[in-house]
Amino acid sequence: MKFGVVVFPGSNCDADSYHALKDVMGQEVEYIWHKEQNVDRFDCIILPGGFSYGDYLRCGAIARFSPVMDKVVKFADSGKPVIGICNGFQILTEAGLLPGVLTQNQSLKFICKMVSIRIENTNTPFTELCSKKQVLKIPIAHGDGNYYVDKDTLKEMEKNGQILFRYCDNDGETSEKANPNGSIENIAGICNQQGNVIGMMPHPERAVDRALGSEDGKTLFASVIHYLERSSVYDSL
Amino acid sequence: MFKVKIHVVPKKSIADPQGSAVKDALGTIGFSGIEELRIGKIVEIKLDVSNRKNAEIMIEEMCEKLIVNPLIEEYSFEFVEESI
Repeated sequence: MKFGVVVFPGSNCDADSYHALKDVMGQEVEYIWHKEQNVDRFDCIILPGGFSYGDYLRCGAIARFSPVMDKVVKFADSGKPVIGICNGFQILTEAGLLPGVLTQNQSLKFICKMVSIRIENTNTPFTELCSKKQVLKIPIAHGDGNYYVDKDTLKEMEKNGQILFRYCDNDGETSEKANPNGSIENIAGICNQQGNVIGMMPHPERAVDRALGSEDGKTLFASVIHYLERSSVYDSL
Repeated sequence: MFKVKIHVVPKKSIADPQGSAVKDALGTIGFSGIEELRIGKIVEIKLDVSNRKNAEIMIEEMCEKLIVNPLIEEYSFEFVEESI
């Protein structure tokens, strides 16, 4: 399986994502410079965290017009898995691939800490090896992670199972106290209607080694690898 | 040549933690009667286009495509200078 990690000017979790996939998960990985025009050789694309274009104007607003993004949109439209982590999530919402928007944390502070998130839907490429309501420990590091979406869209998303992760306490309860940034309904990650485009604020690539305090991020990467292997078996039949 | 000022502010339905913090701080230092305070941004643009109508069309397109996120922000603009 071949993974591509997009590098925008200002990305800073590209190397972490590369390391997680290559060294920890043993996959083939390549960086994709944001000016690249061809992404056909990849099975899965990752938009990593960071501060693309210095977060100028709004987080992700300018990166969304990088040349590679047209190709990422086509790649996503073809049904292949795309995941945006942190700044990557912000870029996906700005690009219209995911509903809603990430606004400034309610506390106005940049928050960097380990949080618990609860799996809400196991029927997507990145969660298929998780169990329902499973609690994962994955760190966040963001100033603009306050997810907002209008009520009607939120209702649709709930109905379609597009809410993938919610911030929760250690027991899996989604209290206000467990909500680090003010996100509506404790939302930490979502997917599109088809389920192949995923955005999440927590950083699974930073939770792939016991030395980092958690290995729970591996479950999400293992899921997508499992998904891709499964799909390629079907393709070859 | 036109000089245009675009004002972008968070929609009223959206929480504006920055605005609330400043509103509270102003209350703390003694200003009373502040009913609402929202913090946005101003974009100043100098445009070299032939007429005002074209300038308006361009500004609106710029706002809708990039400068404003209509989910959370609203905008208005004013012409501050015109020289032909």
